[in-house]
Amino acid sequence: MIKAVPKPLEEVLGQVKDFTKVLIVGCDGCVTVCEAGGMKEAKVLASALRLYFTQAGKQAQIDETSLTRQCEKEYLAQLSDKMDIYDAVVSLACGCGVQYMAEMYNNKIIYPGVDTCFLGVNEERGLYVERCQACGRCILAETGGICPIARCSKRMLNGPCGGSDAGKCEINKDIPCGWELIYERLKTLGQLDRFEKPVDPKDWSTSRDGGPRTIVREDLRI
Amino acid sequence: MSVTTPSKLQKMIDSGNFAVTSEVGPPRSADGAVIEHKGNLIKDYVDAINVTDNQTSVCRVCSLACCIRLKLMGLEACLQMVTRDRNRIALQSDILGAASFGINNILCLTGDHQHFGDHPKCANVFDLDSIQLIQTVKMMRDEGKLLGGHEFAVRPQMYIGAAANPFAGPNVAMRVSRLAKKVAAGVQFIQTQCIYNMDTFKEFMKLMVDRGLHEKVAILAGITPMKNVGMAKYMQKRVPGIDVPDDIIRRIGGVPKEKQAEEGLTLAVEQIQELKEVEGVRGFHIMAIEWEEKVGEIVERGGLFPRPQLA
Repeated sequence: MIKAVPKPLEEVLGQVKDFTKVLIVGCDGCVTVCEAGGMKEAKVLASALRLYFTQAGKQAQIDETSLTRQCEKEYLAQLSDKMDIYDAVVSLACGCGVQYMAEMYNNKIIYPGVDTCFLGVNEERGLYVERCQACGRCILAETGGICPIARCSKRMLNGPCGGSDAGKCEINKDIPCGWELIYERLKTLGQLDRFEKPVDPKDWSTSRDGGPRTIVREDLRI
Repeated sequence: MSVTTPSKLQKMIDSGNFAVTSEVGPPRSADGAVIEHKGNLIKDYVDAINVTDNQTSVCRVCSLACCIRLKLMGLEACLQMVTRDRNRIALQSDILGAASFGINNILCLTGDHQHFGDHPKCANVFDLDSIQLIQTVKMMRDEGKLLGGHEFAVRPQMYIGAAANPFAGPNVAMRVSRLAKKVAAGVQFIQTQCIYNMDTFKEFMKLMVDRGLHEKVAILAGITPMKNVGMAKYMQKRVPGIDVPDDIIRRIGGVPKEKQAEEGLTLAVEQIQELKEVEGVRGFHIMAIEWEEKVGEIVERGGLFPRPQLA
């Protein structure tokens, strides 16, 4: 799932402090799971903003709500009745949700309330780790189910580099070397022959390098 | 075992003599005289001079410009190229540019992560990795073709090198496997990481010999003299992928401060003597970091001077 972290309160305050009617919109999708932008976080942020305005002696209306998903129009449309009330909106969705809301409510000021970080897993509550960079052409079948693009700091397809040390990445002793993980897994699977076969240069055009990406599924379109 | 190129380094290796290479680090300014000076310091003692490519991710004069400068001085240059900063268009472009000046040696590297350097906030590229760069140079040289498919007539005559680090773990066997992959990609010579742990290096070479890989690629053993015990400790603790055993620290630290440099040089010379006896070692790559003036002494005391003059 998409992983995000709440933006620092000071940053959000800096954006909304001159408004008097602000709506905080959580998203019940990914950002709820990583506890960055669901209804709970919308309430917390709204309370903090109310406290700020009260202490500053300013009258302000801060409301909160949450939508099933902000990456779908039908859910965003649920805000259409009340959007006119507010001067500004803080969306706690990922970058997709923030942008989609801005597209739908073209004349409304929309601020992001979270920093969208990566596609990852929940190793523990509060510990989220990247696993996929959505490169558009999955090679996990060849690499023992461990992605070198997401897990090697140099996204090498023929690792490990000479900087890995005691199984850890050269950039940080707390990060496992992705290629050592691959090597060990291939060994476990009896597929070490894959390790010595050079992998050709990758076609990155399906990754971010190809520009904004679109999936057209004719089988799903009516 | 190898495609023959006009490289003087290749000629030396193929002659059966121990080859000697060294490297110079470009300056962090536009002062071209630095490379000229460093090149002149070592030119009589080596068969080729590597120019590092923004090593440790610190921005410097580019390797290509320095190699051209050395070439114009009549010296044999080895272009180090990392894939961190340039995509396949830029890499191939620089290879063509180097070849257009008659540069015939290339060292294909992935490169240190930018995290270490003076621009840790930059974007990295890593469009290719070192092994894919080896494949690319080989394709350009042997097939006259770019990765994009364009075919051309005047091919870059590159003797293709790469690095190997027997000490990076998790075990020597995997490091031999990784080198086997470089051999499969087309590498012809290897300059190893600095060797301090002789036991590990010999184990590595034994596995290489057992697999016959030493006949497919020329191994140049990496030598870096220690200037003082501080450097030895720094390399042991801070430099990823370098294995400095405690007895080296004790040896350099065991002599008075003013004699530590001398002890470091003597150690380097002893390492060369010992490595000459290791099957598969075809030469030495001397990395005297900001200590280029000592390369000559190491080469002479290591019994590698004068350099053989080949026709």
